[in-house]
Amino acid sequence: MKTIFEMGAPGRHAVMPAPLDVPAASLPDAVKRDTPLALPELSELDVVRHFTQLSRRNFGVDSHYYPLGSCTMKYNPKIMEAIGALPGFTRLHPFTAMTDAYRKICQGALEVVCEMERLLAEVSGMTAACLQPMAGAHGELTGALLIAAYHKAQNGVLRDTLLIPDSAHGTNPASAVMAGFKTVTIPSNAQGVVDFDAYAALMGEHVAGVMLTCPNTHGLFEPRVADMALLAHENGALMYYDGANLNAIVGRCRPGDLGFDVMHFNLHKTFATPHGMGGPGSGAIAVGERLVPFLPNPRVVKDGGTYTLQDSAQSIGRIAPFFGNFLVALRAYAYLRAVGAEGLKTVSENAVLNANYVLARLRDVWRPAYDGLCMHECVLSAATFASKHGIRALDVAKALLDRGFHAPTVYFPLTVKEGLMIEPTETESRETLDAFCDAMLDIARLAETDADVLHQAPRTMPVGRLNEAQAAKNLDCACTG
Amino acid sequence: MNPDTLKYTEEHEWIVNLDGICIIGITEYAVDELGEITFVELPEIGKVLERGEDVAVVESVKAANDVYAPVSGTVVEVNDILEMEPDLINRDCYGKGWIVKMKDINEEEYNELMDARSYRGYLKTVE
Repeated sequence: MKTIFEMGAPGRHAVMPAPLDVPAASLPDAVKRDTPLALPELSELDVVRHFTQLSRRNFGVDSHYYPLGSCTMKYNPKIMEAIGALPGFTRLHPFTAMTDAYRKICQGALEVVCEMERLLAEVSGMTAACLQPMAGAHGELTGALLIAAYHKAQNGVLRDTLLIPDSAHGTNPASAVMAGFKTVTIPSNAQGVVDFDAYAALMGEHVAGVMLTCPNTHGLFEPRVADMALLAHENGALMYYDGANLNAIVGRCRPGDLGFDVMHFNLHKTFATPHGMGGPGSGAIAVGERLVPFLPNPRVVKDGGTYTLQDSAQSIGRIAPFFGNFLVALRAYAYLRAVGAEGLKTVSENAVLNANYVLARLRDVWRPAYDGLCMHECVLSAATFASKHGIRALDVAKALLDRGFHAPTVYFPLTVKEGLMIEPTETESRETLDAFCDAMLDIARLAETDADVLHQAPRTMPVGRLNEAQAAKNLDCACTG
Repeated sequence: MNPDTLKYTEEHEWIVNLDGICIIGITEYAVDELGEITFVELPEIGKVLERGEDVAVVESVKAANDVYAPVSGTVVEVNDILEMEPDLINRDCYGKGWIVKMKDINEEEYNELMDARSYRGYLKTVE
């Protein structure tokens, strides 16, 4: 298939602009390009066909089962799109909220911000929330900055370190360093959870906080999470909850009750908002009592019957323009209101049940990284197949595409050799899960009998194996070839 | 470099002391686990490191991994060619794909490292 830059012919176009009816003005030479911009020239129909055909080659949650699960994005119920497209929200200018005179015409939007923050605080067992952070890692950065601001206000010992488990998402240490902290890695034990003794040995007066994902990226609930929080608090450190895996416990267990002081939500992971091609995301945060004064300014508050804005003198300041990705938060609000408190319990229950169903069907063939039950995701390993038959996690991922399934996350977490992380989420039926498991078992059978076929996968896709290293080393966004 | 004459860490770095200058790289096992390497971040010359501190970052199509200093010492030279040709590590991890050189190293720490035979034994336990 040609790229759009390789199509068309000079003079072809879609729109006929109206004739010029004002005096022509020319640009100063200094701002003009030396060479003309190489834009493709195509008719409207050419463009429509090109992008429609591209979209038919897409492999997404609306067309295929997608074991990346909430790790990337859950299914987005269409009702949320209907709410998110309401013109009263989409046509609202964000500056209306910032101006005293106009704030009365955006009361509905401010109510959504205020109510959504209240719901997030309730769901997480925290005191207050803030919708500003634009994505999960941005929420982590905001949380780390809040931890720094809190310790600075205590005027105590210098606390310059955050403790982070080796199974954490790579964004954790990156966010911590960006907020000015050093990071120290907490090792996992043989059961795939935090080695508590090692953790206790790392704790001290220099520790500002602990960043924990729970359940962790092995899909396991940290059994000593409450002890970890207790020890951190005894030492004056704060607990950060990475909400990446909140889908496993939402509605049933609250980070605030476990002893966490601050957390972020990935609204696309837990509350089913769309999150394609890099955004827009939302990394809303929630905090316990101690961190409320430091939250980003301004906060939306209800004053009598009117929503207005309020600043705190101790705030870390703005972390994003306006109220973050408001329309994403609106969709998540619609989801929370549609699902309700009882519904949320079913969400996490079915997410955990589905992951354990896949684990139970596959565990004898694709060995799990750790024994026992999992939470919302199971981490399997292709290591035995790799050493015996030369079939690695990447080959499995490619072979799944030929069988009509999106590839799962592979080679993560880094603690697992040849890792395959399967996260079905709550929306998949037993029939779909069975079809996926059958495909995984078929791939295992082929690995033993006809491994070469798997090395050639995918064979039914528009393109075969891509040269991933080439793409990483020689990035060519402009398709200059 | 002959792999039999090198010293090794549990994090799959190799190191060899040639008259006080140590050459450091990553092992064939590490390269095999990483897949094709796409980017290498090198330290500044003169950087003083404690054993276990990050000395470089190696990125592949799968992951970004820290390379740890096998011993305490000072960085005296880095393999600049890796910035243009990171996959030299894939092609020749014990030779042209070396990563950094260090001097003033802690001899005691060096002597504690695994030799080739113990490293091979260690690999059997992680597989």
